[in-house]
Amino acid sequence: MYEKPLPVIDPTTRPFWDAAKAHRLVVQRCQDCKMHIFIPRSNCTSCFSDRLEWVEVSGEGTIYTYTIARRPAGPAFKEEVPYAVAIIDLKEGPRILSNVVTDDVEGVTIGQKVRVIFDDVTEDVTLPKFVPAES
Amino acid sequence: MGKRQVVIVGVADAPLEKGVIPGGANDLEIQARAAKAALDEAGLKLSDVDGLSTAGLWGIPGPGQFATISLSEHLGIRPKFSDSTNLGGSAFEAHVGHAAMAIESGAIDVALITYGSTQKSQRSRNLGGRPPSFSLQFDTPYGLPNPVGAYAMAATRHMHEYGTTSEHLAEIAVATRQWAMKNPGATMRDPLTVEDVLSSKTITDPLHLLDCCLVTDGGGAVVLTTEERARDLKARPIYVRGHGESQTHMSIAAMPDLAFHTAAAESGVRAFEMAGIGPEAIDVAEIYDSFTITVLLTLEALGFCGRGEGGAFVSNGRTGPGGAFPMNTNGGGLSYAHPGMYGIFLLIEAVRQLRGEAGERQVADVKTALAHGTGGVLSSGATCILSNH
Ligand SMILES: [Zn+2]
Repeated sequence: MYEKPLPVIDPTTRPFWDAAKAHRLVVQRCQDCKMHIFIPRSNCTSCFSDRLEWVEVSGEGTIYTYTIARRPAGPAFKEEVPYAVAIIDLKEGPRILSNVVTDDVEGVTIGQKVRVIFDDVTEDVTLPKFVPAES
Repeated sequence: MGKRQVVIVGVADAPLEKGVIPGGANDLEIQARAAKAALDEAGLKLSDVDGLSTAGLWGIPGPGQFATISLSEHLGIRPKFSDSTNLGGSAFEAHVGHAAMAIESGAIDVALITYGSTQKSQRSRNLGGRPPSFSLQFDTPYGLPNPVGAYAMAATRHMHEYGTTSEHLAEIAVATRQWAMKNPGATMRDPLTVEDVLSSKTITDPLHLLDCCLVTDGGGAVVLTTEERARDLKARPIYVRGHGESQTHMSIAAMPDLAFHTAAAESGVRAFEMAGIGPEAIDVAEIYDSFTITVLLTLEALGFCGRGEGGAFVSNGRTGPGGAFPMNTNGGGLSYAHPGMYGIFLLIEAVRQLRGEAGERQVADVKTALAHGTGGVLSSGATCILSNH
C-alpha cells in the first residue's frame, strides 16, 4: 500500500500525468516564442501567448540545487531517509522538482547530469524521477 | 490637502511560558487579548476600530478561511475595511501597507492588525508537505521536508555560487541568541556558540536544527491611525514612512533564482523609494528569520550588502549586541518565538526600539527602523520602514 502523498491531478495537469504513466516526460511549449514551460498552465509566462502545446522532452537535465533529507517529510517518508530532493534544469529549459534516486546519496551535487526514470508508484500514478546520467 | 500621515500608536504581544500561552486560549482569544492590550496602550477603544486585518493558519478548513469575519464576530465589531491577505509570514507588513493606504485615503481612521496561533499547544506542526494540489502536485509527492527543505535548497545554491558556509549561517543564530538573552520575554535564553549550531542535528542538508526557527504559540497586535488623531492619544506615534511587497512563486521549483530573494528585493526597493531613504539610513533591522538562510538572502536583497556578500557581512557578531548592524533585537524567530507566521512581531519590536522601550536590548539613538517579512518558501516579501520623527 503506497502511503506517500499522491498528486491531485486536475484537467489542466492531466496530460503531464497521462504521459508519465506511458513513461514519457512532456511539458508545454509556446508556439509563438518557442519557450518550454512547466508547471502546466494556459498562457506563456514570457510572451503571454495562449497558444501552448504539449511536447515530449529528452528527460536529460542538470541538478540546479538539492537537499538531502535526514528527517522525513512526514511519517510516510520515514523509511527513505536519507534521500535526495533536487530541482533539475531540463535540457529544454524548464525546472522540475523530483528525487534523485541513487545508492550514493552523498555524491549528489550541483551540476551533476541526470536522466529521467519512471516510478509506477500506484496503478494510476507514475512519478517521473531522476538518476545520475552515467548509471 | 496633503495625504494624511499614518502612524502606529499601539503594539502588544502575548506573554509566553516555555513557548506556550499560559492557561490556554483559542486562536481568536489570543488575538482579542493582544488587540485589547495594543488599544489600551494607544488610548483607543475597540469601538474606534474601523479597519481589521489578520492572516493565520487556524481554522482551516473552516472558519479560518474567513479570518476577518471570524475575528470580527469574536471581537463584536463591524469593520468597514478588512484585509485577510495571506502572503505567509510577511502578511502583516503587507497589512500595514494596505491599512496605510486606507487611512491615507480617508476610508478609515483606526486599523487593527492581529495574529494568533496555538500551534505548539496543539502540536500541529510536522515536516509533512503541503497538500499535493495545483502547483504543489509536482512538489509534495517527492518528500521535500516542508518548509525547511525549500530553504535548504536555496542555501545549497547560495553556497555553490558564493562560497557561503554553514559557519556564516550559524553566526546569525548566535547573534540572535545574544539578543534573546537580553529579552526576558524570549523563549530560548541559554548561551549559544557557532559550534553548538554546527553540531546540532542536520534536518536537511545544509540546515541544522539550530538554523531553524522555534515552534511556539504566540499572538500580537498593531494599531494604526493618523498623526492628527494621535495628538490626542497617550502613545508616542511611530511614523509609517514606506512600505512595499512582492510575491514570486508557490512551489520552490518556480522560484526565479534560488540564490537571490527576488520578492524581498522588489519589496525593499518599493519601500525605500517611498521613504526616500536608502539602506544606510536604517538604525535597526528586524528581518524575518524562519531560517538563518532567510536572513542572509534578505540582507543581500534589501541592499544592506552586495549579492554573495551576506556571509562576510554577518561574520564576527556584526548583527549581535554591540555589533555595527543591530538586527532581530528581540531574539527573532530563532530564539524569541515563532508561532507559524512571525511577521507581526517584527513590527512590534521595531516600534519598541523606535520608542526607546526595549530595556536591556535597546539600541542607542534609533531614529529609523526596517521590518521585513518573508512568507511561504521565499515566496513573498513585504517591507515597512518606520521612524520616530
Ligand atoms: Zn511565449
